[in-house]
Amino acid sequence: MPMFQFLFDNAQQLLQQMIVHLGLTATSLAIAVLIGLPLGIFISRKQRFASPVLAATGMLQTIPSIALLGFMIPLFGIGVGPAIIALFLYALLPIVRNTFTGISGVDNAVVDAAKGMGMTAKQILLKVQLPLAMPVILAGIRTATVINVGVATLAAYIGAGGLGEFIFGGIALNNSEMIIAGAVPAALLAIVLDGLLAYFQKADIRKSVKFFSVFVPILLVGFVLQSSGIFVKSGIKAAFSPEFIGRNDGLPGIEKQYGFKIPYLIIAPALVYKAMNEGYVDVIDGYTTDSRIKAYKFKILEDDLKTMPAYFAAPLIRQDALSSYPDLQAVMNLLSGKITDSTILALNYQVDFDQISPKHAATAFLKSTDLYRNSVVDKGLAPIKIGSKIFTEQYILVEIYKQLIEGHLQIPVEAITGLGGTKICFEALINGEIDLYPEYTGTGLEVLLSDKKKPASLAANEKSTLTYLRKNMESSWDITWLEPLGFNNSYALMVNANDPTYKHINNISQLADHILQ
Amino acid sequence: MITVNGVSKIFAGKTVVNDVSLKLAKGEKLALLGSSGSGKTTILRMINRLVEPDDGEILIEGSPVRDYDAHTLRRKIGYVIQQTGLFPHYTVEENISIVPALLKWPKDKIRETCVDLLERLHLPVDYLDRMPHQLSGGQQQRVGLARAIAANQDIILMDEPFSALDPLIRKSVRDDFLSIIAEFKKTVILVTHDIQEAITFSDHICLLSEGKVQQIGTAETLLKSGHNKFVDDFMAQDKLWYQINTITWNDIAEYYTKLYPNDSISDVPESIHLHSRIFEDSMQHVFAKLDKEKLWHSIGWYLKQHY
Repeated sequence: MPMFQFLFDNAQQLLQQMIVHLGLTATSLAIAVLIGLPLGIFISRKQRFASPVLAATGMLQTIPSIALLGFMIPLFGIGVGPAIIALFLYALLPIVRNTFTGISGVDNAVVDAAKGMGMTAKQILLKVQLPLAMPVILAGIRTATVINVGVATLAAYIGAGGLGEFIFGGIALNNSEMIIAGAVPAALLAIVLDGLLAYFQKADIRKSVKFFSVFVPILLVGFVLQSSGIFVKSGIKAAFSPEFIGRNDGLPGIEKQYGFKIPYLIIAPALVYKAMNEGYVDVIDGYTTDSRIKAYKFKILEDDLKTMPAYFAAPLIRQDALSSYPDLQAVMNLLSGKITDSTILALNYQVDFDQISPKHAATAFLKSTDLYRNSVVDKGLAPIKIGSKIFTEQYILVEIYKQLIEGHLQIPVEAITGLGGTKICFEALINGEIDLYPEYTGTGLEVLLSDKKKPASLAANEKSTLTYLRKNMESSWDITWLEPLGFNNSYALMVNANDPTYKHINNISQLADHILQ
Repeated sequence: MITVNGVSKIFAGKTVVNDVSLKLAKGEKLALLGSSGSGKTTILRMINRLVEPDDGEILIEGSPVRDYDAHTLRRKIGYVIQQTGLFPHYTVEENISIVPALLKWPKDKIRETCVDLLERLHLPVDYLDRMPHQLSGGQQQRVGLARAIAANQDIILMDEPFSALDPLIRKSVRDDFLSIIAEFKKTVILVTHDIQEAITFSDHICLLSEGKVQQIGTAETLLKSGHNKFVDDFMAQDKLWYQINTITWNDIAEYYTKLYPNDSISDVPESIHLHSRIFEDSMQHVFAKLDKEKLWHSIGWYLKQHY
């Protein structure tokens, strides 16, 4: 069973991730209770503050988690700290609202009687209102716990670790065992924590306090030890995307080839650039066509030992789409070789920094290459569905394909953008949810085929790579590759060119020397 | 014991209590009677400072209540409300012990008091460990009273304590309350909208309307000589019932002896109301052979003569 083999091989890492995950959840929850409970009590007494406070905490809840984590980087950096702050913000609403609802829900007659008997405000709160509101408050804490266990997986996107490392690594690497190894423990963690709180909801207070006063410190010590271990003593720090650290042509290949190890954090691909631009790390991985390299003045380190394969972009398409639309292949191949490295970099820059929409950028590009056709789409035909991963370049490519197909063939095109990662795009394609999406040859070799026996000479040669890929993929699935677009969006290590330390480091060998010193 | 001096209260521009003055002697029972919005509850709540008056002052044993610490004051005054206000998360014993515990009485003394009170209120002692929701409405209100007097409070404020009970239970709870109050000579202010209850329960009635005192006096005074049309109209509801219920043995003794000169009836306490259980009890005690026919006959004669 590959599943058990994976768990067996990665038991230590799994345990560490679980401790970090539990620590992130527990710490953020503890802070949320410490702040949310008094806040809830306060607004139950000063009712005019209730709606603004509840509206504010509710608004925090609606911020998409990945966006909130993005906001955290300029404010609080990367790692455990901002992750805990983000989780704390998510836990706040259920705790504040349930405390408020619970206390407001206590029978007025009971509070009136308590007051009439001469209890002080503090006595009424501690002996009457809080005990009677406790089931509702605990229900809020349970909700917050379950939310936090789920959201804490995203902590892996800003270098805080946790079970998200396996989940997002697995999604990026098309590795189901890895996804399950992260997702199942996360689900179990949510169930166990919820059950535990449900148990203490019924048990008496003293027992609960005793348990938590032993359990929480042990957990926190473990958590601090684990998460401080993320940064080893070296002064140089890296942030890599989950895909990069898992792929043979990514970090493992580089470490093997160049003979160095670098301490790193795992961060979402969309956020690595930001993390280095804000100065939290010194080295990141990235794509050579990303416009942020230019905008942030990053320096791409040359892969002087040629470890990383080429990543020629080409459409990966279902065979049945090609047979349903006989002219499709010819039209798609009109783009063959038309988009060079500098073209795509310029397009990316327009969209990322000049705020031009992918649609307009695509139109301008097609007009400039004389491929633009203005024609009316035949709405009666079944649409061609084109997918894209979530980054700028793919959004632009999908727009170009859409306008090209609609212009030349009058067939409507449905763009299904924002499929988060190679695995999701590829699964959608082989299951017929989409007809085609732009993929890269390197990814095809390393991730989709994960072919260990591939000829070593293959990687850098465009033609032979495609022939090899077509042959192997057509035999496994009903899909094929069309002609490459012309540019190579390769993985690369990059450093911040503004940092004087890296002034004389131009290739990975020099970086390795620098680290080893 | 309690003096209310020209007290007024304004809520949101509306005068809910308007220059009210009252006096209660120790051991007296006063009913604040009126329909909703008459200000009766507000007056009650000003006595234990749950509401502060805008004008006038309230004195307890000669000292203004505002000179007391509010919490200390409230611990000296029993407070019973319609919804009982029992703590749902406390046992019966813990509920009764609230004020004694606030006053830091020793544990065994508190326990003793609880047992004693339950017996007096005709509740089994093993109810001490029950939770309020396991008790019937009448039993809950009995615990409510026990809680209000557990710390030997001399004054008891009651806000419609019987209104939520069904009529049969209401009578028995009321009788239990009355006998305990009589035994310990508590000074009581009862807020009610129910004329029957005011008449049965209290020595004096203060009839209120729109925050103003309309008349203070005994039930008979209010029934027979109302100060104004409001009093007459208010008391006119079900007048015959009130008349029968305000009749004392004293009133009909004359007719009874005239009608049945052979019956010996000399030791009946004269001022006992005919409707009360005490009367029935003593009747059964004094005259084992009491004939209800004879009694009603005498009442009929009395009514014929007086109304």
